[in-house]
Amino acid sequence: MSCDVKTTQWRLVEVGRVVLLSKGPYSGKLATIVEIIDHKRVLIDSPIVPRQSYSLKNVTLTPIVIDNLPRGARNGVVKKLWENCAVDTKWAESSWAKKITSKETRRNLSDFDRFRVLVLRKQRRFEVRKAAAKA
Amino acid sequence: MSAENKQVTFGSGKREIPAQKASKWYPAEDEPVNKKVRKTQKPTTLRPSLKPGAVLIILAGRFRGKRVVYLKPLSGGVILVTGPFKLNGVPLRRVNSRYVIATSTIVDITGVQLDKFDEKYFAKDKEAKKSKEEKFFEAGKKPEKKPVPEVRKADQKEIDAAVTKAIKQTPHLSAYISSTFSLSKGDRPHLMKF
Repeated sequence: MSCDVKTTQWRLVEVGRVVLLSKGPYSGKLATIVEIIDHKRVLIDSPIVPRQSYSLKNVTLTPIVIDNLPRGARNGVVKKLWENCAVDTKWAESSWAKKITSKETRRNLSDFDRFRVLVLRKQRRFEVRKAAAKA
Repeated sequence: MSAENKQVTFGSGKREIPAQKASKWYPAEDEPVNKKVRKTQKPTTLRPSLKPGAVLIILAGRFRGKRVVYLKPLSGGVILVTGPFKLNGVPLRRVNSRYVIATSTIVDITGVQLDKFDEKYFAKDKEAKKSKEEKFFEAGKKPEKKPVPEVRKADQKEIDAAVTKAIKQTPHLSAYISSTFSLSKGDRPHLMKF
């Protein structure tokens, strides 16, 4: 009997894993795991966020991983590999980041902007339905 | 009391004596003296978001929910607004600035002549006093509607012409002002930006 054994596709807490911080003064910013302290906390670092220990409770794992990041790498190395790996562009292209930015812009719309959105959506809907009725 | 003395001649000599004789006794109990009021009435300062030309949302009264154009401040936290009347039916009108949301949208109203609009302009002319008898008979009748004075109509037209001209410069703005503001399910007004 033979069977295929596949490794899990879960995102792992590992050195080099890029995480999104969800709490604290740096919430919403990206950092990478440099060292795993224990089963609850990790040491994070990035060009944006100063090196610090962070609870895994306040962190979301992203699919981005800096592959060749050595364990316990210092700030300079992290910064270099961060740029080599193009983490920021990869993040900006992801639909997850796009959703976050669009939510942010929606939240900051003024009353007049909200009205304009309403009008433009109406126009789009009209055009779409007109085209659908023809087809 | 001590300051005022008067000269009095006694025989050959002259003396200075106080103009008012001192009281022979002190009051047994202290007389209460009213406290001096140190408060002064400060002129009202409107919120910084209330800039002339801003689009406001009226929150109370007959025109609640209407989006209007803010023209100028009047005395004591009262402000002057106009619909414009053609767009949303709000006339030149005084509004309490507290019952208004200021939006960040601003209509350019430089050059609109607003000097003649003050509290006096909006004052109601007093009716002649009626006798009780007259009042009694009038109670049964329907109250007559007063026609809007021609002066007001002319002023409204003049101001609105200038304001609507400015509004037309921005696309969608006139439709925005003629629409009303309302909250629906899931809207969080305290988190909204205006």
